[in-house]
Amino acid sequence: MDVDIACVGFGPAVAGFLTEISRGLNENPSLASVAAPGMPPQVICCERADDIGFGVSGVVTRGRAIRASFPDFDPSQIPMAAPIAAEKLVYLLDPVGASRRSLPLRTADRLLRILRPLLPFRHSALEIPWIPGFLRKHDGFVLSLGQFTQWVAGQVMAAGNVQIWPASAVAEPLQESGRVTGIRLMDQGTDREGRPEAGFMPGMDIRAALTVVGDGPVGAISQQLDAAFGLPEGHRRREWGLGMKMVVDLPESADLAPGTVFHTIGYPEPEIFGFFYVHPGRVASVGVFVPSWFDNPVRTVWRYLQHYIQHPYLWRFLEGGRLRSWGAKSLEESGRCGEPFLALDGCARIGECSGTTNILTGSGVDEAWCSGVLLADGVLDLMKTGRSFTRENVEVAYVERRRASWLDKELRAAEHARDGFERGFLRGMASMAVTGLTGGRLHLHFAARQARPIRSLEDFCRGRLRSSELQALREDCRIRNLPLHDAVMRCCGWPEIPYDDQLLVSLQDALLLGGKVRAPAGFRDHVRFRDAEVCRTCEARICVEMCSGQAISPDGEGLPVFDREKCVHCGACLWNCTGIDEEGQANLIFSAGAGGLHSAEN
Amino acid sequence: MVDPLHIVVCGSIVPDPLQTLEPIATPDGPALKNDLLLPAILDPFAAHALYEAAELAKQCAGSRVWLVSLGPKAKLQQVMMSLAQKAPFELVALDGPAHGFTDAHETAEHLAATTAAIPGLDRDRLLLFGGWESASRGQGVTLQIVGERLGIIDQFQGVDRITPREDGSFEVMERVEGGRHLVSLCAGPPALLGWATGERGEPRNDPQMGMKNMRLMMSALQKAVPVTLSAEGFCCRDVRLPGQQRQTRIVKDMQPAEIAQEIFEWIRHD
Repeated sequence: MDVDIACVGFGPAVAGFLTEISRGLNENPSLASVAAPGMPPQVICCERADDIGFGVSGVVTRGRAIRASFPDFDPSQIPMAAPIAAEKLVYLLDPVGASRRSLPLRTADRLLRILRPLLPFRHSALEIPWIPGFLRKHDGFVLSLGQFTQWVAGQVMAAGNVQIWPASAVAEPLQESGRVTGIRLMDQGTDREGRPEAGFMPGMDIRAALTVVGDGPVGAISQQLDAAFGLPEGHRRREWGLGMKMVVDLPESADLAPGTVFHTIGYPEPEIFGFFYVHPGRVASVGVFVPSWFDNPVRTVWRYLQHYIQHPYLWRFLEGGRLRSWGAKSLEESGRCGEPFLALDGCARIGECSGTTNILTGSGVDEAWCSGVLLADGVLDLMKTGRSFTRENVEVAYVERRRASWLDKELRAAEHARDGFERGFLRGMASMAVTGLTGGRLHLHFAARQARPIRSLEDFCRGRLRSSELQALREDCRIRNLPLHDAVMRCCGWPEIPYDDQLLVSLQDALLLGGKVRAPAGFRDHVRFRDAEVCRTCEARICVEMCSGQAISPDGEGLPVFDREKCVHCGACLWNCTGIDEEGQANLIFSAGAGGLHSAEN
Repeated sequence: MVDPLHIVVCGSIVPDPLQTLEPIATPDGPALKNDLLLPAILDPFAAHALYEAAELAKQCAGSRVWLVSLGPKAKLQQVMMSLAQKAPFELVALDGPAHGFTDAHETAEHLAATTAAIPGLDRDRLLLFGGWESASRGQGVTLQIVGERLGIIDQFQGVDRITPREDGSFEVMERVEGGRHLVSLCAGPPALLGWATGERGEPRNDPQMGMKNMRLMMSALQKAVPVTLSAEGFCCRDVRLPGQQRQTRIVKDMQPAEIAQEIFEWIRHD
């Protein structure tokens, strides 16, 4: 099939791109298709998930780019959207005594408790009286990304210039002599290994003059393009995070105005950031981000999220609430340091996979949208002047626009914002503060560390658990085919979760109640392991420990087993695989896949 | 050579089956909580009917398939993004409520009038398809009433197979009591077939087909006639979800007979 423009992924970046392209085509009816002579330009978008809006993101955004696209933007027209009414930055102290805090942090916590009559200190938390400008979202709004993308898709489709195809996972980019010539969809009617079965339908080739890749942080096409073309010199992708959130029906006693926003730091571990956003209709999004530099080899995000919501500062609003929806996603947190080649022959990269996430301001959706709009403006220019989508032309039309934009300026300022976190929480906060307060003009210099293997569990638990205790836990979990994280956390002093069948639920119940995962038959597994022996000898097995849906579990013989029925496609297993070969390739393959979450509220 | 058919499928959207539904009372009657937020799909029974219609049309060259759908326009549009890739059909859209808290007679009246007004529809070739039940219009009578309003006497319910014959007649296999099937011979159109699950699975996605379909569908959606269901003299006295009980445990290597026995015991004691 031939089209003019083929897009991969329908997240905020491609939504912004299609919004502007659609308008541009309306305003320029003389633009004609090359792929289908006599027709208007043929623009399609293939989205992996089963429907539009099945993505996950806890969104509070200033929405500058979104508002520029929709000058009359009215949040009340979008379910779950609200302008920000109140915003607080809160430092959460550890109310259970299990958090792993350094001596300086413990000392600071003690001091805060002593001085609490003099401070805005309540419910084991300090409401920091001033939010630095770079973190504030005061003029923005809270959103459900799912509802927002549905709203955008409705408008884009109604205009009739663009077609969006959900449930259309893209397997690979088509390439000829260094030029990207389109995309190939995933084979349908295969077994889990990808072998043809009854009803086999080979993945269709969609040839396009321009392929727009906006498939997110762990997208299959982005991975393959990076493997083929590499990253620009000096760029690297080492910083990741896993965000997990719940959408909660708040109890009637929760008297929070829609648009109330809490950003939190300090708990359940100092390295874990959290958020709490209130939507209209007494609904809240609450979640945590666990970064890759939190070097706990059993870093289970679900368990940490359960402790997080029970913090007294938040629990006073959440107690009696009910889990409505749940999900998780990886975040590519290298920002501009991980930017790939934005322009290739016949191809452009936008959104998170192109390094738009601003790690200083903690903002990604609006930045991704902005990158899509900038590309659309460039593409329209090229189409109007009859120029083809060569790398040079895309460089001039898109990359130069991006370099001149606020997006790039702010990404540059944020480049070294989080360097200090590899040296500890306090140094990390100091480095963020210096970078943020000086607009990136100054930053604390920390000698760049080489990518290093994650700490051993013995090292991480030193002073808390003896080697022999850990060995006993390992053996017990091995026999019972369980991940280690719950056992380790229990022994480190974290209390059991008092399940209430409403909000405090097991991860498996969360999949049933809020995750709503579907794995359609007839597709190859999207998570595979290259070499079983590498997995057998892997001691860390973070892919098992961090798996958001327990879709990867140990089989008792030391091998991880993948169960597609539970996978929420967060992609954490990809960047947590420690079995890296000499060419830098992970032993775990995370490729294009069908199905996943069925919730449009996240 | 079988004569071309005109197959009209009546079907609307329902919430994606993985969603948690909660009926609420509103001043306008019962509704689903957060109805707008719930992703939707084509009613599964109607979807079977549509896929069977597409297959039948393929067998009978020159046939046409229409989908007459009453639902909120924005939601219909979203569902069509997926559905258009599955089978070739022409959409006739009515912009109105898709929830099940409506009077089947009133809904059927609109569907029948819309079907009768389809340009070029030949009643002598008409097969009216739909689901024999519906996940939203749960009375399970809407389709029958549409058929009656269109004067279609030959009606079959719980259909799993249709086999066209050279002379224009066709064989219909219906589900009947006791897990059996009844095979009937119908002289020919017009006839009504309320489908159970049929015999074919969900078709694979075909973007090329989707692209062709969607061009026409967007125009059909733009022309969707607004429908207001007055529900005069109709009320829902009680609305509730079926009772549910969830007991989760993980057991490996259990034999099918043991699983069946356990389910049997569980049902017996329920």
